[in-house]
Amino acid sequence: MKVLVAVKRVVDYNVKVRPKADGSDVDTANVKMSINPFCEIAVEEAVRLKEKGVVSEIVAVSMGPKQSQEQIRTALALGADRGILVETDDELQPLAVAKCLKAIVDKEEPQLVIMGKQSIDGDNNQTGQMLGALTGMGQGTFASEVNVDGEAVKVTREIDGGLQTVELKLPAIVTTDLRLNEPRYASLPNIMKAKKKPLDTTNPGELGVDITPRTKTLKVEPPAERQAGVKVADVAELVEKLKNEAKVI
Amino acid sequence: MSILVIAEHDNAELKGATLNTIAAAKAIGGDIDLLVAGESCGAVGEAAAKVDGVSKVLVADNAAYGHQLAENVAKLVADLGKDYSHILAPATTTGKNMLPRAAALLDVQPISDIIAVESADTFKRPIYAGNVVATVQSSDPIKVISVRTTAFDAVSTEGGSAAVESVDIADDAGVSSFVGEELAQSDRPELTSAKVVISGGRGMQNGDNFEILYKVADKLGAAVGASRAAVDAGFVPNDMQVGQTGKIVAPDLYIAVGISGAIQHLAGMKDSKVIVAINKDEEAPIFSVADYGLVADLFDAVPELETKL
Repeated sequence: MKVLVAVKRVVDYNVKVRPKADGSDVDTANVKMSINPFCEIAVEEAVRLKEKGVVSEIVAVSMGPKQSQEQIRTALALGADRGILVETDDELQPLAVAKCLKAIVDKEEPQLVIMGKQSIDGDNNQTGQMLGALTGMGQGTFASEVNVDGEAVKVTREIDGGLQTVELKLPAIVTTDLRLNEPRYASLPNIMKAKKKPLDTTNPGELGVDITPRTKTLKVEPPAERQAGVKVADVAELVEKLKNEAKVI
Repeated sequence: MSILVIAEHDNAELKGATLNTIAAAKAIGGDIDLLVAGESCGAVGEAAAKVDGVSKVLVADNAAYGHQLAENVAKLVADLGKDYSHILAPATTTGKNMLPRAAALLDVQPISDIIAVESADTFKRPIYAGNVVATVQSSDPIKVISVRTTAFDAVSTEGGSAAVESVDIADDAGVSSFVGEELAQSDRPELTSAKVVISGGRGMQNGDNFEILYKVADKLGAAVGASRAAVDAGFVPNDMQVGQTGKIVAPDLYIAVGISGAIQHLAGMKDSKVIVAINKDEEAPIFSVADYGLVADLFDAVPELETKL
């Protein structure tokens, strides 16, 4: 079966971003960009399903500026077969991304869509669920285990109190949680081979999707700074301060 | 304005997260209706009717909603939500699973994890693992919002006298079914609502060593949490994880033991009132957010802390 994997280009998770001085946006000029960590886990899961013989083709798709090609190439180096870039320099909110993905799902007809549970820039945790609504597919969100079984997929989900397992009819959508797998590294020969794999480019207009933003960011600011704390010498002083100064115990 | 709040419950009890979400709804202003969707959830509906500030409780009692499957509940929420100006749910795993699906059915862009209400259409929310706070304004006719529960004080479970209405809609999308669940058992307070939280990280070295944290926790009536490193190493189950991808806590006292303080962990606990760090590495980033830092070996300091409490 065919799997569609969505990947997003985001500021690398090790970079500590700061708002611009005028508070209009975060400063992303000259910072390292990477594939969103949850998307990496999604690619890995698709590749493992292919290695098990469950999946025959993996299509990696990304949306955003031309440079998002780099993240598609990373997915190709990890084992995806071909890529699709939905190119736009305009702001894409999760609803617009879900609509673009719906258009691609209609065309490609994958049996499974795997994507990250959230991107570490917007922290929205919405796109997979919204694609579920638009396509009518079942959704296995926050997956820590995925088992394809004939015409269905069993997904173990990380929920607040522990784990929950659901069964979804195929085609279905899975969003990945951190513990689903440990992504592999791309080897140099595979990075070279990935350059030759096909990568098609389209845009929201060609897909017939209106990407007009529905929310406007009025300003961004740093969170309230914490007051600098003190170092205590020993446990006795710590307990004394918690009791008498902070009064929390 | 009228607001529909989606209740979080387990068919027997209304969960505390609902009370914080109602507080956010109050900050927006307007009539607040509460939807209890579940199976044999009549008792939850009755308890919900007493909650302060609720005008009406809608009870959708049907097998299709028994396990809160997003495919079924989102359809119900979208059907009922058309007549409201706002739809709110707590930003728990249940809320995050269902709400965006309902929003897409209504063709609106949801707003996740709000920490403040500026006006009926403008909200604050953290982005980039809490390193930045964005103020966003929605132009959608229906505002679909998930609420960070630690950012709003819970409303009282008493004092209300809402009418209870049953909803006769049974949406079963037929694409998903519940297979089973494994819930972690604990008699300590729930992590997200505890007044005191003590968390262990990679420095704990193994799962058995968490016993020393449990002892302190029992003396303080605290919940026990963990960093991602401790969860990934298999020391403790994943539902104990505090951080950007785990639970967000804001207790009166947070004690971080053997936790370095990566950005992703800080995102889950830096709104705690008082933070204590116990770590033997005095360069650990956790000390930059800690009110009280103790540079010491946790295997000496934690048992000593227990005896001194």
